[in-house]
Parts: sequence; structure tokens; C-alpha cells
Amino acid sequence: MNYLILSAILFTIGAVGVLVRRNAIVVFMCVELMLNATNLAFVSFSHQHGNLDGQIIAFFVMVVAAAEVVVGLAIIMAIFRSRRSSSVDDANLLKY
Amino acid sequence: MIFWLIAIASVPAALGMVFVRKAVHSALLLAVVMLSLAVSYAALEAPFLAFVQVIVYTGAVLMLFLFVMMLVGVSSTDSLVETIRGQRLATGIIAVAFIALLSAGLGKVVLGSAKGLQAANSDGNVMGLARVLFTKYVFAFEVTSALLITAALGAMVLTHRERTTPKATQKQLSQERFLGDHPTPLPGPGTYARHNSVDMPALLPDGTASELSVNPVLARRASTASLHADLHGKSEQEAIAEDVAAVKEIEK
Repeated sequence: MNYLILSAILFTIGAVGVLVRRNAIVVFMCVELMLNATNLAFVSFSHQHGNLDGQIIAFFVMVVAAAEVVVGLAIIMAIFRSRRSSSVDDANLLKY
Repeated sequence: MIFWLIAIASVPAALGMVFVRKAVHSALLLAVVMLSLAVSYAALEAPFLAFVQVIVYTGAVLMLFLFVMMLVGVSSTDSLVETIRGQRLATGIIAVAFIALLSAGLGKVVLGSAKGLQAANSDGNVMGLARVLFTKYVFAFEVTSALLITAALGAMVLTHRERTTPKATQKQLSQERFLGDHPTPLPGPGTYARHNSVDMPALLPDGTASELSVNPVLARRASTASLHADLHGKSEQEAIAEDVAAVKEIEK
């Protein structure tokens, strides 16, 4: 139960970071924090119910997160190369 | 007991990660959060995931983050000006509402005492996980391989860059240098250096300061004098004038 509350708190902190920060890399790290918080919830549910499915799902979340980080950082690099900026406010060509 | 240690380590680190200005500091604080989560996985009888967390997240993902930060520029700090007015206030309200919602949901949950994983881990955690992964979730596991290959290809395509002009040969570079106005190498800041800093110009043998010796990026930056301890509060111009006078004195 304690771990679930910790997971909720970490998830909220990550969400606040995504909303507040404007450096794309930091926004990305906050998304990673949210994924980690959900992993903690999965693992603590697995411990609660006494079966390993929660741990397997946490494992899959890690795999997807690793793939997401690779592609996301490549996109950040591509944007930085063309616009010399890693701020999310500067990538606004699709805005209107 | 171990839970409180984890909570005390991870929550302030997570808050610091969000509110610290420099991206590198955020990355290091994220490493603290990830390591404490690895400890909590170990405490929740998931030793395999604890190791994977350390190896994959703290080892690979965070190093990738730091690597990209080195490429993009470590010094790129966020400006603290709000672009959308009232965004921070709205974020605060949303955060409070969200945590209230989650804790209301968690408050209604009635959990008995935890069953623990002694039975499931009887052959060891890795054996138990493998048994579930390669029977019940084998299709998801196979699909994961497609995802990983696609991600690796995507990263390569996104970071690939075609050369638009042919690469200059050594001959062309040499011709360019001798046809230009400065065939010799530029003076380094260490020539007759009297300060151990790269933004102070070198003194040429005749005692004049050479602006060519300063990196143009640094030369454009105004008022770095406050960062020097060895100028003793003087401006850079005064310090350079004093250096020139000192060199001329020796030459006499």
C-alpha cells in the first residue's frame, strides 16, 4: 500500500515536470519518471497478489521505454540540428 | 523501514529533478530516483527487475540522456519566463487535483496482507519469470523484437545525414589556407600568457594583445571579468593594459 502511494506521488511529480519544463530533454526525463512510477505500482501489485504477471508487465514497460528513449532522443537530435534549440516552444511549425 | 529510506531518497530527488534548472543536474537526480526504485524492487521480491532497472535504466538510458545532453550543449538552461500566462498555477491545480483523485481511489482500496512471492519464486525469480514469459506472454515477447528492430532502424534513419557538398580534400584545404589572409596557425592564448584563462588574449612578441587568439565564441561573450579570480576586480581591458606594460618593461 505504501509503495502504491509512493508510485502515485512520483507519477504526479513526473506529470508536473512534463507540464512545467520546456527543455525537451528534461521533459523526456520526466516521462521516464512517470514510466518508472507505473513500474513500481506493477511490481508492488505483483507482490500483493503473489503472482509474477505484474513483474512481466513491468519488464515489457522497460523494453518499450528503452525503444521510446532511442527514437525520442533521435528526434530531439534531428530538431536540434535543424533549429539549434532543444526547447519545446521552438518547434511550433504545426501550430496553426 | 526500508520503504521509508526509499521514500525519503526518491521523492526529494524527483522534486529536485523537476525544479533544478540545469539539465545535467536533473539527469543525476533522476539516477538517484531510479536507483532507489531498484532497491524497492529488491525489497518487493523482484531481484531480476532490480538488476534490469540498474543495468537498463541507470546504465543505458541515463547514459544516453547524458550523451545527447553533451551533443546538444550542457549549458542549455531553461529560461524561467512563462510563455503561457498562468501555466504554472494551472499546473499546480492540476497536480493537486490529480494526487487527490489518486489518493481517493487508493483510500477506497482494501488490501489484505500481501501474499508475497515465496510460492512463485520457489525455483528462483528468474526461473519463475521465464516460465510465465515463455508460455503465457510468448507472443508479446516476440512482438517486442519487432519493436526493438524498428526503434533501432528509426534512430539510425533520424540521425543519418546526407553530405550535400563533397568532402574537402587535404590539397583543397591547404590551398584555401594559403590563399586566405592567415596562412600560419592562430596564436594560442598561452603565448606570453599572464592569466590561465582561455578568454584572455595572448600577448604577441611586440607586446600587443592579439584578439585572434581568443575563441570567437568567448570573445562575443561580454563581461566575463567577474568570473576571474586573478583579475582582482579589474576589468579585462585594464588587466590587458597592465600586461602589455609589463611585457614592454621587460623588453626595454
